[in-house]
Amino acid sequence: MAEIRNYTMNFGPQHPAAHGVLRIIMEMDGEVIERCDPHIGLLHRGTEKLAESKPYNQSIGYMDRLDYVSMMCNEHAYVLAIEKMLGVIPPIRAQYIRVFFDEITRILNHCLWLGAHALDIGAMTVFLYCFREREDLMDCYEAVSGARMHATYYRPGGVYRDLPDQMPKYAPTKRHSEAQTKARNADREGSLLDFVEAFTDRFPGYVDEYETLLSDNRIWKQRTVDIGVVTPERAKALGFTGAMLRGCGVEWDLRKKQPYAVYEKMDFDIPVGTNGDCYDRYLVRVEEMRQSNRIIKQCIDWLRKNPGPVIVDDHKLIPPSRENMKGDMESLIHHFKLFTEGYCVPAGEAYAAIEHPKGEFGIYLVSDGANKPYRIKIRAPGFPHLAALHEMSQGHMLADMVAIIGSLDIVFGEIDR
Amino acid sequence: MRLLQIVNAGKQLYKTFSLQELRKGLGVTGRQLFRKKTTIMYPEEKTPKSPRFRGLHALRRYANGEERCIACKLCEAVCPALAITIDSEEREDGTRRTTRYDIDLFKCVYCGFCEEACPVDAIVMTDIHEFHMEENHECIIDKQRLLELGDMHEKEIAAARKQDAPYR
Repeated sequence: MAEIRNYTMNFGPQHPAAHGVLRIIMEMDGEVIERCDPHIGLLHRGTEKLAESKPYNQSIGYMDRLDYVSMMCNEHAYVLAIEKMLGVIPPIRAQYIRVFFDEITRILNHCLWLGAHALDIGAMTVFLYCFREREDLMDCYEAVSGARMHATYYRPGGVYRDLPDQMPKYAPTKRHSEAQTKARNADREGSLLDFVEAFTDRFPGYVDEYETLLSDNRIWKQRTVDIGVVTPERAKALGFTGAMLRGCGVEWDLRKKQPYAVYEKMDFDIPVGTNGDCYDRYLVRVEEMRQSNRIIKQCIDWLRKNPGPVIVDDHKLIPPSRENMKGDMESLIHHFKLFTEGYCVPAGEAYAAIEHPKGEFGIYLVSDGANKPYRIKIRAPGFPHLAALHEMSQGHMLADMVAIIGSLDIVFGEIDR
Repeated sequence: MRLLQIVNAGKQLYKTFSLQELRKGLGVTGRQLFRKKTTIMYPEEKTPKSPRFRGLHALRRYANGEERCIACKLCEAVCPALAITIDSEEREDGTRRTTRYDIDLFKCVYCGFCEEACPVDAIVMTDIHEFHMEENHECIIDKQRLLELGDMHEKEIAAARKQDAPYR
């Protein structure tokens, strides 16, 4: 009998289930994957190199664009690294706002992940529901920073502006009468915190809906249970972090293990899986959404009761308020100094890592004492996850590849950077 | 023990053939039919926009018609994407003004740093987010166009700045 050679197949980069610009070369034995080789770099923008030529603050906006579905978390790692080098501790309210928005970002990220993952596997509705929730949270982003995604909101030393006391409201149109508009604006009457509180009240119900649609569904289970299994030992050896590692049964969460900002004051649980397959990772992430909701609620309570400054009062680092800048010569000088030259960071190095929705996102910063970094290294959580793709997909069917990629929760902004 | 196994197997069989979980899922989508719609009938109606919204740029004037920008070039210096180009000259009355103020909208990352940096509130980011270009060169908007935009939307711009002033 003639020898049948394996078939080499190309997956992506235009494939909608490739989550952006992933290209995989797969060696197939019939429909079984023998070997797979992910090709990356199609979204490489040179963020690390770019940051070397700009004063520190100007790279904040580029951090948003790394993992472009969890924007503020990236910023958080970057500003934490700078704060470590400078020895600055942001005011407590700023830290609460950061935790508040980190968790909003986590829900944003997981909603997009769940929607896209479900869509890949064949469930259309969840995608629409998830995007409904994302819409509300993006309104929060917009209310606080002015942009719906790339916020540029965190600054070394705090956050740019305090939370607004008003939410923008719908205006009546010929499609919607006064009464209908009033109903639409029901959550928007109060401050941003009231708006988010209304969201946190209804969100657990929404998560229940997702779970009703997916968790017990036989099609969903057939597609995810026992697919892409990783043992805890291998997961640690491969450098997994975040939900990927927790799905394997390792209880590891930087928010608990090395708390930053005010996470040590928060009451929440770490969900842990048992089998390390796609289904467990799905369950872990869904539970994380519920836990994030809990953290947001705690932050709202604290933020309501404790007004105060949201950024340090050091004009060598933070520009003075606009009113001061216009009325006071020294403030104006500080303003000009900071916006042209920025601030210098003492020579040395620092590594700051946060629990990003996807895993451990770290910024390693080296400074030679100038106003721009000497070198930045970004530790993207998606990179080691993608590197394990071969190990996870070996011996699975072609269609399982989609489920595995989906459960990795990869975004190419951070992998290619 | 044996009985329990049989009962469990029976339950499982019932679950499998009654399509229980699929029906439940269908119930979720079915209920959605009677819920309030969340869709917006764009463009007849639009989602509300925050006063902090960062959209298209504009250059403002003072109430007496004098342009605000004094060519200090802070925005040019702070722009992370190097999207702003400014040339300046001394005017006949001895004040310094820009002769050229170009923003490349393709380079701009809409971070809002230019507005933060401006000491005279000249360059601002309006809430205009629906704009388009038909020709290649139109991605660069010049001083005249920026001032036009500012004149056209001065009322909204001023109102948004006023609303957000306590936070800045």
